[in-house]
Amino acid sequence: MLAYIVRRLAVAIPTILILVVISFVLMYAAPGGPFNSERPVPPEVMANLEAKYGLDQPMWRQMVTYVWDVVTRFDFGPSFQYTDRTVNDVIAQGFPVTLTYGLWSAIVAMVVGVSLGVAAAVRQNSVLDYLAVGITIGAQALPNFVMAPILVLIFTLWLGWLPGGGWNGGQWEYIIMPVIALSTSYMASIARITRSSMLEVLNSNFIRTAQAKGLPMRRVIFKHALKPALLPVLSYLGPAMVGMITGSVVVDIIFSTGGIGQFFVNSAFNRDYAVIMGITLLVGVLTITFNLLVDILYAWIDPKIRY
Amino acid sequence: MALLDVSDLTVTFQTNDGPVNAVNGLSFDVSEKETLAIVGESGSGKSQTAFAIMGLLAKNGGATGRVEFEGTDLLSLNKRQLNKVRSNQIGMIFQDPMTSLNPYIRVSDQMAEVLQLHKGLSKKDAIAEAVQMLDAVRIPDAKSRISMFPHEFSGGMRQRIMIAMALLCRPRLLIADEPTTALDVTVQAQIMKLLGEIREEFNTAVILITHDLGIVADFCDRTLVLYGGQIMEDGPTGEVFADSTHPYTAGLLKAVPRLDRDTDSLQTIAGEPPDMSNLPAGCPFSPRCEIARDYCSTRPLVLEPLGEDRTRACHASPAEMKQEMKVG
Repeated sequence: MLAYIVRRLAVAIPTILILVVISFVLMYAAPGGPFNSERPVPPEVMANLEAKYGLDQPMWRQMVTYVWDVVTRFDFGPSFQYTDRTVNDVIAQGFPVTLTYGLWSAIVAMVVGVSLGVAAAVRQNSVLDYLAVGITIGAQALPNFVMAPILVLIFTLWLGWLPGGGWNGGQWEYIIMPVIALSTSYMASIARITRSSMLEVLNSNFIRTAQAKGLPMRRVIFKHALKPALLPVLSYLGPAMVGMITGSVVVDIIFSTGGIGQFFVNSAFNRDYAVIMGITLLVGVLTITFNLLVDILYAWIDPKIRY
Repeated sequence: MALLDVSDLTVTFQTNDGPVNAVNGLSFDVSEKETLAIVGESGSGKSQTAFAIMGLLAKNGGATGRVEFEGTDLLSLNKRQLNKVRSNQIGMIFQDPMTSLNPYIRVSDQMAEVLQLHKGLSKKDAIAEAVQMLDAVRIPDAKSRISMFPHEFSGGMRQRIMIAMALLCRPRLLIADEPTTALDVTVQAQIMKLLGEIREEFNTAVILITHDLGIVADFCDRTLVLYGGQIMEDGPTGEVFADSTHPYTAGLLKAVPRLDRDTDSLQTIAGEPPDMSNLPAGCPFSPRCEIARDYCSTRPLVLEPLGEDRTRACHASPAEMKQEMKVG
């Protein structure tokens, strides 16, 4: 197992390097640059700016410098858009925010999604099942840029229970609405995956054996059926976790949380090369990490999987 | 009094094409320590009979009639009461040992939970008893192997584990639903031998559900032949085999390949297994019967006694049947 983890981490290094190369090429392939604006900057100033940020160097040189700085000094470079702020600052400020509401969203999505899915499967074709299926379809169909304003409308403007935005150091009343807005569609997906895989497991021969043993239904479900039913949820959860803890642009903008979700879009608009790279690397590393975690959990749940 | 007394058992499934009867008014009984074979082709209702007894029918299935076990009608019990009977008084082993054990749970836990539940043993005592039972079904090195997962055992070994698990609470009745169908022939023989020994050792009555007449002959006191969810013929195994009085039984026996007869081809019963949603009003076997009369498919079939301890359901008399089928 340990050898397997080491091997996977070793493979992660070339994966990340390839990610860097592709991102660089794509960034430079896109027209425009960080210092283009409606009023053109005089050529001399432009030359100075480009020299300062190293943009006058050939692309391979910039790549090597970038990787070198990241590896040796953990320095992701200065932001091109926000003067006086480095990418490290941007991420250090924004990531804890999205990590906080992202983790809460993950917990809510898993707990509610799995419970709803299990309940629907166990009571298949009951009112509860139809209700659960209806709710999850609705939740998946409702985009969060529609849902977030509705939440604000209800909880802030009508009821006045929750603040309409801001972060305020992550106090709970500021977290609730971002969590609802972010977790709902993930919750719905988890519920639907859980329901269908639970239905399949409940029809399997070993569940019939468990029933023939006289076990109460509760024990049949939680001891015998839940583990295998959660395997498909687990593989969905890897990428979903990354999606949640890196936040969402809609949530960040509508609730003004100051998370890094908004930088995904803004940095691309602004050709803020360093921020684009920083966030790309963050997502890349998180994706690799969570996929590895999922594979380790798989081996823990399914005794037939041994690395 | 019989240990198990099934009367007028009917199993109906609600399907998209309307209700379908898998078992039609089946009656039989099993005495203590008796071994009964229920024989029939696929779709004859033999497995559904077993599932109905155990309350394990699929969600769209329902059973009517009476299934009295030691005087209690199992069909009238609620889930909690039924769970006290399952495994504790009636054990069951299934057709496919490869998928009948939970692949995610250690054998020790799967076995121990039965004793913890029904006998209130501690986990440690339960595992100790489970090890003894695995010894009894000849699993070598049971003490260390019990903590393995099912996939670490072969198919035959897994069926032994299933048998051991079904016997943990010393049930009075063991239902074996095609226990050897999924196993290869040498393993089949071992499992049947084991079942025979276990039956003696634990004084258990056995219902053996099978389509394999070869294993019935050696193993079972009585044989009940099912077709289309109804009894065709029933009696002591030796008599049914040596002197079958029903065209279906005779056909099944002819279809067993034998080395001591000089034939080039395998004998079969012509036609397809019955379409349970569309059975004839009369004898369900009539569409495939060699000696069917015009009225066989319309005139209701009656189960008639034959001699002291046999019954048969056929419009032709035993003498007519033997003459026309050239058997006996």
